[in-house]
Order: sequence, then C-alpha cells, then structure tokens
Amino acid sequence: MSEYITSVRTYLFIFLALMVLTVITVAVAFLHLGPLNDIAAMGIAITKACLVILYFMHVRHSSRLTKVVVVAGFLWLLFLIGFTMSDYLTRGLISMQSTIG
Amino acid sequence: MQGESNEAWGLAHHFDSYDQQREASYLGMWVFLVTEIMFFGGLFTAYIVYRSSQGAAFALGSHELDITLGAINTAVLIGSSLTMALAVWAAQTGRRKAIVGFILATILLGGVFLGIKVVEYSAKFEHHLVPGPNFHWNGPEASGVEMFFNLYFLMTGLHAAHMVIGIGILLVVAVLAWRGAFTPENHNLVEGVGLYWHFVDIVWIFLFPLLYLLGRNIQV
Repeated sequence: MSEYITSVRTYLFIFLALMVLTVITVAVAFLHLGPLNDIAAMGIAITKACLVILYFMHVRHSSRLTKVVVVAGFLWLLFLIGFTMSDYLTRGLISMQSTIG
Repeated sequence: MQGESNEAWGLAHHFDSYDQQREASYLGMWVFLVTEIMFFGGLFTAYIVYRSSQGAAFALGSHELDITLGAINTAVLIGSSLTMALAVWAAQTGRRKAIVGFILATILLGGVFLGIKVVEYSAKFEHHLVPGPNFHWNGPEASGVEMFFNLYFLMTGLHAAHMVIGIGILLVVAVLAWRGAFTPENHNLVEGVGLYWHFVDIVWIFLFPLLYLLGRNIQV
C-alpha cells in the first residue's frame, strides 16, 4: 500500500473548476434571486471546499480512518451551528406561545 | 543508502514502515485541522447569529468592501493552493528543485494576498470603518454595521494570521527541501504544510461570499 499520486492533469482541472466556480459565484451575487442568493453562494462555496478537500488535500485517496476524522470535524461544526440557531431562530416563537397561553 | 542525500529524513524507529509513518503524520495533521475547523467555526457561528437578526446592516456593510480586490484575492489564493499541491506532487515524484520552486511560488502568491489585504485594511481605516472610537457611519443601522466590521476584521484577521504562520512554515520547508530532506518515501512535512495551506484556502472560500457577496444584490 504505497501513496496514491494525483496527476498534474487532475490538479490543473480542479484549479480550473475552482476558478470557474469563483466567477459564477460573483456573477450570481448580482442577480436578484431573493433567498436563493444565499443558497447559491453557500452551495458553490461548499462545492469548492469539497473539491479542495477531496483532491488538493487527497482525502479521496486517504485511509478510512482519515475520512472519518474529516467527516466528524465538519459534522461537529454543523452541530455547533445547528444547535445555536435552533435556539436563536425559535426565541420569537416561544415568547409568542407564552403570551397566548 | 548510496546516492541518497545524508539530509534525507528516513523512517523513525518507532514506526514499522513508511506507510505507517505517513498515515500517522497525515492523520495527526487532520486531527489538528479539526480543531481549526472549530476555532474558525465559532466565528462563523457568530456571523450567522448576527446576520440572522441584522441582515440589512450586514448588507450595508458588505457594500463597503471592495468586491474586485476580494475576487482577485480569491483567485490568488486558489492559485497558491495549486502551486502547493504541485509542490507535494514534486515531493512524491522526487523532484527536489521543483519542490523548492513550487513552495516559493506558493509563498509569493501568499504574499500577494496579504499585500492586497493591507490595501483593503488601510482603506477601511481611512473611511472610519474600523470598529472602536473612530468608527463613523452616516447611514442607518450604525451599530449593526459596526458589528459587521467587527466580524470582518476578526475573521479576515485570524485568516491573515494563519497565512503569515503558513508562509513562515513554508520558508522552513523550502530550505529543508533544498537540502534534500524529502524523498518519495518521506515527504510528510510537505504534505502536512500543504494540508494546512489548503485549509486556510477553504476558510477564505467561505469568507469571500459571506463578507463580500451576500447582500450585494440588495439596493442600498
């Protein structure tokens, strides 16, 4: 089991994809899409991050143990954001119920 | 071994094989990066909390940032990630001088990024947009805009600090590479600093849309 070597071709292709996605995200930011603006910007950013992680950081060809650590790291970030926002975004709802009750 | 540089880093005695040594090194670096995810994650969460309640102020603040410089810096940083990835490739395929060349290119692009950041920061100082006693905002939502710039300086500042540290480590790695420390069997330090550099790139990939782009479509 020796190390997988990503080809220069792959690196250049990923670089090109990242550049194209950067141009798209800037262009989309000026369109009037309402809440879709946020979703498009974050969707593109997550796509770019995944390309960097999988190819530049070699996670695609890493051991399962490394993959578990990477996924766990981002899962905990989602917990942090998810639990925090489940508090902040529902505060109004609770005070409304208490006035009704 | 014949023909191999005396400087080459071999197999540490506590590892059975180069594969095991490499796996331990990469895994250890990733565990560190997970702590970095949480480090920046706190700031990203703060951003989401404040933006969810002060979206209009954040849109106003976002309009004060230079989208052209931000986009150029995004391209520069992605370019530096490419040269960093190629430095690792050079190490994997035993090209000593190419490792040094690609690392120097990465340092150069990192320097360009920081230079542009200095230009942006100084413009914010001139426009009284730095939070504190000199912060001055003529429009509505002054406290919300100040909070936006608090987060802007904290997040980009922490990011820039990581870049400075990264450049420092890269300089050391370049010298080691020149001396022939890295071989196709053991170039774990090159890959390690590469992982760090790509992580810093990923942070910017999120900072750019969150700070420069969101709210750009709203007329103010």
